[in-house]
Amino acid sequence: MSTTTHDTLDNAHDEHHHGAPKGLMRWVLTTNHKDIGTLYLWFSFIMFLTGGAMAMVIRAELFQPGLQLVEPNFFNQMTTVHGLIMVFGAVMPAFTGLANWLIPMMIGAPDMALPRMNNWSFWILPFAFTILLASLFMEGGGPNFGWTFYAPLSTTYSPDSTALFVFSIHIMGISSIMGAINVVVTIVNMRAPGMTWMKLPLFVWTWLITAFLLIAVMPVLAGVVTMVLTDKFFGTSFFDAAGGGDPVMFQHIFWFFGHPEVYIMILPSFGIISAIVPTFSRKPLFGYSSMVYATASIAILSFLVWAHHMFTTGMPVFAELFFMYCTMLIAVPTGVKVFNWVATMWRGSMTFETPMLFAVAFIILFTIGGFSGLMLAITPADFQYHDTYFVVAHFHYVLVTGAIFSIMAAAYYWLPKWTGNMYSETLGKWHFWCSVISVNVLFFPMHFLGLAGMPRRIPDYAIQFADVNQIVSIGGFAFGLSQLIFLAVVLKCIKGGKPAGDNPWQAADGLEWSIPSPAPYHSFTTPPEIK
Amino acid sequence: MTTKHQTYYVPAQSGWPIIGAIGLFLIAFGAGNYIQQLATEKTSGGYILLAGIAVIIFMIFGWFKTVIDESMAGLYSPQMDRSFRQGMSWFIFSEIMFFGAFFGALFYARMISVPWLGGASNNAMTQEVLWPAFEAAWPLLKTPDGTTTEAMPWTGLPLINTIILLTSSVTLHFAHVSLEKAKRKPLIIWLSLTVILGAAFLALQVEEYSHAYQEMGLTLTSGVYGNTFFLLTGFHGMHVTIGTLFLIILLLRIIKGHFSPDKHFAFQAGSWYWHFVDVVWLCLFIFVYVL
Repeated sequence: MSTTTHDTLDNAHDEHHHGAPKGLMRWVLTTNHKDIGTLYLWFSFIMFLTGGAMAMVIRAELFQPGLQLVEPNFFNQMTTVHGLIMVFGAVMPAFTGLANWLIPMMIGAPDMALPRMNNWSFWILPFAFTILLASLFMEGGGPNFGWTFYAPLSTTYSPDSTALFVFSIHIMGISSIMGAINVVVTIVNMRAPGMTWMKLPLFVWTWLITAFLLIAVMPVLAGVVTMVLTDKFFGTSFFDAAGGGDPVMFQHIFWFFGHPEVYIMILPSFGIISAIVPTFSRKPLFGYSSMVYATASIAILSFLVWAHHMFTTGMPVFAELFFMYCTMLIAVPTGVKVFNWVATMWRGSMTFETPMLFAVAFIILFTIGGFSGLMLAITPADFQYHDTYFVVAHFHYVLVTGAIFSIMAAAYYWLPKWTGNMYSETLGKWHFWCSVISVNVLFFPMHFLGLAGMPRRIPDYAIQFADVNQIVSIGGFAFGLSQLIFLAVVLKCIKGGKPAGDNPWQAADGLEWSIPSPAPYHSFTTPPEIK
Repeated sequence: MTTKHQTYYVPAQSGWPIIGAIGLFLIAFGAGNYIQQLATEKTSGGYILLAGIAVIIFMIFGWFKTVIDESMAGLYSPQMDRSFRQGMSWFIFSEIMFFGAFFGALFYARMISVPWLGGASNNAMTQEVLWPAFEAAWPLLKTPDGTTTEAMPWTGLPLINTIILLTSSVTLHFAHVSLEKAKRKPLIIWLSLTVILGAAFLALQVEEYSHAYQEMGLTLTSGVYGNTFFLLTGFHGMHVTIGTLFLIILLLRIIKGHFSPDKHFAFQAGSWYWHFVDVVWLCLFIFVYVL
C-alpha cells in the first residue's frame, strides 16, 4: 500500500478531492463520512446528557419514599423519555457515528457507499427528537407509558401527544433503516481489493450483522406504532379484545422488534472490545473466526427469543419452554466471546490505558449483566423477578456498563486518530475510576431491591426500600457528574495535546492506523492493496 | 479513468438531504398535530403536513434530477451501480418486514386471539368470564362486543385485480426484455401497458373500498377483520400508487431516451419494486381474501 503515491495522484485530480469546507454549512450539507460521524457522536453525547438529566430527576424523586419533587404522571414521562432517548438517541446514534468514522477507514473505502443518504439519515434525528421532547410540553403531557409503550397504556390511556410520539418514532426508524442500508452496502461493495470477508476487522463484522438486524426489525417497529396510532385515533382494535384483538399481541410484535433491538445495541460493542483488547494485550485476537460465527449465531437467535419478555402474560407452557431454552442458548455464543477476550489477554504483555480499562470493565460488568439475564431467562424464576428492579439492574448492566462503556472505550481508543492529539491520560483515568465505582453503587444494589420485591416504574415505594434507594441515588448522581469529566477530556483533546502520530498504540492493527492522525478529510480515495 | 482502480464518485456537498430532513419533520409534526386535531375545529396540523409533503416532493425531484444528471455525465462507475442495486434490494427487504408486521397481526388474530376469546386451548374461562356468547370464526363477522360486518368475497373485484396485477408483472418483464434488446417501440408500449394496468388496479381498489363502506358495512372500525383487511390492502394500495408513479417517471425518461441496454439501474429498481408489490398482493389475496 502506498498512500503517498495516491496523494500525489489525487492532487492532480478534479474537484471532489478538496479539504473540509468552512462554517456551519459544512456540517449541514456535508457528505463526508467523518463529518457525519462527528455529528452523530456529538448528537449522541447531547442526548446522553439529556436522557441522563431525566435519570437524575428519577433518582432524586426516589431518594426518599413518598412523593417529593414531581407528580407521578411526570415521573412516568421521565422514565419513558429517558428510555427512548437513551436507546434511540444516545446508544444507537453513537454506534452509527462510530460506524461512519471507522468503517470506511477500516475497509479502505473512500467514503460511505451512499454519502448523501448518509447526511439525510443523520439530519432526521435532531428533528425527530425535537418532536419527541416537544411533546413533553403539550397539553396532557408527553409519552408516559414506558419506552415499551404497551397497549392499552399507549392506546386507551395515553395522552393525545401519542400521535407525535408515533410519528417521531417513524422518522427515527427511517433514519436508522437508511443508516443501516448504507453500512451494509459499504461493507459488501466497498472493501479494498484483498480485504476478504475473513480479514474484516471484527468491528466491521459486528456492524454488518447489526445493520442486517436494523433493516429487519425497524420496519416492524414502524408497523406496531402504526397499529397503536390507528387503535388510539381511528377506532381499530388490534390490541383490544372487544374487537377480536389482544393487548398481548402488541407485546409479541413489539418484542419481535425489541429483542433484536437490544442486540443492535450490544453487537457493535463486541466489535469495539475485540479491537481494543488485542491492542493492549499485544497479541492477536484469540479465535477470530469463532467470534464471527458467534456474532452471527447471536443475531439469528435474537429472532427466536422475544417472548422471554412476556413470561407472565399467560402464554401456553410450550411457548414458555421454547423461549426459555432459546434464550439460554444465547449464553453459548456470548460465552465464546467472553472466553476469547480473556484468552486474548492470557499471557499478553498488557498495559492499562483508559480504553483498555473501559474494555476490561466491560468484560466483567457485561458478564454480570449476562448472568442476571440468564437468571431472568428461567421462566419460573422470572415470575418472581418480572417488572422488579432486578430487571432494571439487569438491563442497565448490559446497556450502561456494556454498550455505553464500550462507546467510551471506543472514544478514548480512536480519539487520537480523530483529533491527531492524545487525550489526557490522567483525566481519562479519573473518568474511568469515578464511572466504574459510581456505576456499581448505582446499579448493583438494584438487584437486591428487585429481589426484595420493589417494582419498577413507580415514583413511591415502601419504607423498607429507603436505605438502598438512597445509596442507589447517590451512585446515580455521582455517575452523572463523572460524565462531565468525559466532556472535559474530549474538549481538551480537540483543542490540543501531545501529537498522536499514525499509530499511537504501537500494537494497534488495522488500516485506520496506517494513515496519518488526524485522519485526512478523504482517506483512501484510491483503494489500498491488502495482502 | 486512467488508473486500474475505479474512482468512486463522492459528491462534494448537497442541500437535498437537509431539505428532505425538514420535509420529514414537517410531515411528522404536521401529521401528529393533524390527528390530534381531528375532533376539533383546528386545522393547522393539516397545513403543516401538506407543506411537508410538498417539500418532500420537491426534494425527490431535485435529488433525482441531480443523480440523473450525474449519471448522464458519466460520473458513475459500475461499482456505484452495484451500491445502488444493493441499496434498493435492502430497501425492498425492509418493506417486506413492514408488511410482515401486519401479516403477523393477521395470523395472530386468526390463529390465537380470536380462537382464545372463543375458549380454545385452555381459555374456557376467558370466554366464560368475558363474552360467553362470543363465537370464534374467521372472517370475524361479529366481534365480542357485538359489532357486525360482512366478509369481502375473493371472487369478483379481488380476482380481477389479481389478474390485472399479475399481468402487469408480465408486461413489465416484456418491457425489460425490450429494453435489454434496445427495442424502443415495444419498450414504450409494454411499459405504458403496465402503467395502465397499475392505474386500473387502483381504480378497482377504490371501487372495492366504497362498496365495502357503503354496502357491506365493512369499515376500518369493524373489528380485527376489518382492521387487518384495510391496513394490509391500504398499505399495499399506497405501494401500488408509489410504484405506478415510479413507472410513469421511468416512461417519461425512456421517451427522453435516458436508458441504454446495459445501463438502466432506475428501470431495474422500478421493476424490482413492482414485482415486490405484486408478490405482496399474491400473499394478500391468499391470506386476506381466499383463506
